[in-house]
Amino acid sequence: MKSLVRLRVNGIAREDAVPDNLLLLDYLRETLYLTGTKQGCDGGECGACTVLVDGKPRLSCLTLTAAVAGREVETIESLARNGRLSRLQQAFHEKLGAQCGYCTPGMIMAAEGLLRKNASPSVAEIRAALAGNLCRCTGYVKIVESVQAACAPPNGVTRT
Amino acid sequence: MEPLPDFQLLKPRSVAEAVTARAASAHARFLAGGTDLLANLRSGLIEVDTLIDLGAIPELHRLGAHADGIRIGAGVTLEELAAHPQVARDYPALAQAAAGVAGPTHRAVATVGGNLCLDTRCRFYNQSEWWRAGNQHCLKLAGDTCRVALKADRCYAAFSGDLAPALMVHGAIAEIAGAQGRRELPLGELYTDEGRAYLNLAPHELLVALRLPAAGGLRSGYEKIRIRAAIDFPLTGVAVALRRDGERVGELCVAATGTESRPLRFAGLEVLQGMTRDAALVTLDKLIRKQLGMMETHLVSAGYRRRATLVVAKRLVQRLFAA
Ligand SMILES: Cc1cc2nc3c(=O)[nH]c(=O)nc-3n(C[C@H](O)[C@H](O)[C@H](O)COP(=O)(O)OP(=O)(O)OC[C@H]3O[C@@H](n4cnc5c(N)ncnc54)[C@H](O)[C@@H]3O)c2cc1C
Ligand code: SF4
Ligand code: FES
Ligand code: FES
Repeated sequence: MKSLVRLRVNGIAREDAVPDNLLLLDYLRETLYLTGTKQGCDGGECGACTVLVDGKPRLSCLTLTAAVAGREVETIESLARNGRLSRLQQAFHEKLGAQCGYCTPGMIMAAEGLLRKNASPSVAEIRAALAGNLCRCTGYVKIVESVQAACAPPNGVTRT
Repeated sequence: MEPLPDFQLLKPRSVAEAVTARAASAHARFLAGGTDLLANLRSGLIEVDTLIDLGAIPELHRLGAHADGIRIGAGVTLEELAAHPQVARDYPALAQAAAGVAGPTHRAVATVGGNLCLDTRCRFYNQSEWWRAGNQHCLKLAGDTCRVALKADRCYAAFSGDLAPALMVHGAIAEIAGAQGRRELPLGELYTDEGRAYLNLAPHELLVALRLPAAGGLRSGYEKIRIRAAIDFPLTGVAVALRRDGERVGELCVAATGTESRPLRFAGLEVLQGMTRDAALVTLDKLIRKQLGMMETHLVSAGYRRRATLVVAKRLVQRLFAA
């Protein structure tokens, strides 16, 4: 079964005939070629596939495309503007928040979701928001520092 | 993981429509947050031809005061439940259980109904198709032997939802809708002790809501033991509700999850009434020991999970006495 699904992806209105059983992850990667979103465990366990739906983090490997009809989907590709990294991406770059980089798109989208509702989260709040995003490389310390750096006020004082 | 099987997706607008759609096909399933069902479909654990998305049924999403207590729609998300002021104030075990399910991104879509109807779990079942085939399957699906208890003619897969024990110690009533109309029953009776057919629901029946009576002086708490504190299912999870009568027990309810194929409310706890805290702890230990029937369904041994259940139950009682 297919149905016509209208939604917005990274600000662009789309209308596609999608099979009822098409996962959002596969729609993004295979239909729209937005391969920044990663498939890690593929069963809801790792967070690598995290995107934003109406501004909130969502696991695209556990979401049917038809279930987000009418909604606004944002992927990692939406963050950089005119070739310039977003503040959060730049912070991951400078603070070495990415090593192999596989978890990074999901990690950044989950952090982006957090920063939109809480502009200066504490370390505990950052850790809680990223609890479902696994990283095999960094040991998480650099990831938390990256998110802190992205929301640090210019005087450099951060909440702990 | 495998691609999803082919199915049609329906989006009913009412409970009646959902029930009719479910009755129309033996291989239809209700889809709530999908955090259990979609992963299980991808592992080839469940056969479907129709998914019935419950997301557009307003009745399922209601959460609020009811009579002296509260009514919680089956479609309420765990994030909403954990953050609800009346839940946090009057039913803390429930708020704590909801906040401890999976990770934050799961909780934003995972629902109360999906958590209560969660498939049972076992180290021989929650595996890829290849793995299960290599092990010649088991009784729960496509095989003829239980790998946990070789001579058993039943499945021991463990019920592992966090909410059920917390709701049970607060005396929750489940409201159910089916093709023949509505009925209700104490939440504990929704479950059977058989890992394959773990729910006392006809295939067309839908869990609509849970009702809790007023907390009326009950203090409650929930604690779970898991491998990774950030995300895992409970190896054991215990809810306790206590009404103190001065320095003595007025009323004590204890329920556990992750231990057998159904969430278990421990029986016989009336004898604790009138006991001091320390005397009650000794008797509670004996009562729980007698009733726990854990099997080797996890990678973590049943012996450890048994001891952990006792420790957590007694710790919670002590904490609630001190509160
Ligand atoms: C990595 C990971 C970690 C997890 N950790 C935990 C954990 O710590 N604790 C825990 O309890 N769970 C855990 N889960 C399982 C799951 O996320 C939760 O139990 C969740 O609450 C399921 O709700 P859902 O709405 O997503 O259910 P769904 O997946 O939509 O449905 C689950 C089942 O319930 C049925 N169903 C749903 N709603 C109804 C209804 N109203 N009436 C009748 N049947 C219904 C469905 O048909 C399906 O069979 C975890 C899952 C993952 C992927
Ligand atoms: S308890 Fe036995 S039958 Fe049930 S899933 Fe495990 S191995 Fe299979
Ligand atoms: S790929 Fe979605 S959670 Fe791992
Ligand atoms: S940087 Fe390699 S998994 Fe996180």
